[in-house]
Amino acid sequence: MKENIVIIGGGIAGLEAAGQLAALGYKPIIIEKSDHLGGHVAEWHRLFPDMTPARDVVGGLISRASGSNIFLNTEISFVNKLKDSYNIMLSNGISIITRIILVTTGFSVFEAARKEEYGYGVYDQVMTNRDLEHWFNTGKDKRVDNCAMNAVGFVHCVGSRDEKAKNPQCSKVCCITAIKQAIEIKQRFPEAMVYCFYMDLRMFGKKYEDFYINAQRDYGIRFIRGRVSEVSENIDGRVIVKAEDTLSGKPVKVTLDLLVLMAGMVCSQESTKVANMANLPVDSDGFLKSRDNVTAIIESPKEGVFYAGACTGPKTVPETLAEARAAALEVHLYIKSLE
Amino acid sequence: MDFGFKISPSSAINLDKVDLGKFEELHKAEPDVYKCMACGSCSSTCPASRFSGMSVRKVILDLQRGREKEAVALMRNCMLCGKCTMVCPRGINTRHLILSICRIYMEDGK
Repeated sequence: MKENIVIIGGGIAGLEAAGQLAALGYKPIIIEKSDHLGGHVAEWHRLFPDMTPARDVVGGLISRASGSNIFLNTEISFVNKLKDSYNIMLSNGISIITRIILVTTGFSVFEAARKEEYGYGVYDQVMTNRDLEHWFNTGKDKRVDNCAMNAVGFVHCVGSRDEKAKNPQCSKVCCITAIKQAIEIKQRFPEAMVYCFYMDLRMFGKKYEDFYINAQRDYGIRFIRGRVSEVSENIDGRVIVKAEDTLSGKPVKVTLDLLVLMAGMVCSQESTKVANMANLPVDSDGFLKSRDNVTAIIESPKEGVFYAGACTGPKTVPETLAEARAAALEVHLYIKSLE
Repeated sequence: MDFGFKISPSSAINLDKVDLGKFEELHKAEPDVYKCMACGSCSSTCPASRFSGMSVRKVILDLQRGREKEAVALMRNCMLCGKCTMVCPRGINTRHLILSICRIYMEDGK
């Protein structure tokens, strides 16, 4: 009998793991709550640092995972622990007995409206990184259509490294995403002044620093070191941003046509829900707790339950894909050990 | 009316009012000026900095914030020794940059 493998979440981690497991001869089951595969990446336009179209990445993953049993619009109703397996009840009435669960429930984008001082949902010309990607994809957004685009600002670390927002962690991808989006804005509006308000620029990944130099030298994007303290609205609907220019030790003020908030990553409600149902521990940062953060990040403390991707913390696309491949191999070895 | 005191001017920088015309000219001559990431290597190695406050980092920053007078005043302390060029991790030819700043910003060219 072929072993049942249940993958919770059809984002890039779930798809990549399913594709790898299919290549190893298994037929995994993917459970996805929304009506499409690919998760957050499917909503993105281009990916740093090479401007790869997100659609191509997701399309490739979906075609490799196409041999799986895929349930869309399906949630987990409950998980029962049996003697040496789990009984998973789905919202469509199907129940699955499995010895292996791979949790790939990912992250949620921080709700930018919670940082009231930035005025998301209050002022017309404030949007998030995700709204901007949506505009890159569809070309439709009244905030962009309504303004002259002479000056655009990016606010880093919105809901990240912020104890008051209960997210002390760094979301990792926002620095480089801001640079990518700032370059894309400059490409479409070469005359615009583009400012990035940052605390630190964390250019840790392959070619990130090159991308940063590119943004500075070739696109003239202005980097101002200082966290935006407050945003207000002008009489003509533009936004006034106040921060401290910490490098010159002086307050700085600028009027912008559009302000983009780099909302960070927080643990998704689905991850927490699955953790509660399967009795998995949650770490102090709100993400799922691995058996070991150095040597076993993809293993839960429970036998037969594995993790991949951003359910254990903020991750980039290549990191998530690498974890998904590692998790697929780990699942394979675990099944071999059961035989 | 003289109250014997007056309100001190705001030290805030208003980027809406900064005229970057000369900085654009500088950028054309020295495209690498944009590459500064304010690490401070130049200032810490500068032999003039300890007694005059000279700092290429500050000069570049001041010019971008419209504080041209302050920048030019700092520049006058430079001895053109070129140590800052040797340490710049971004490979900016700071010595050449300083000469270009002199040419563009100092009215008498001195």
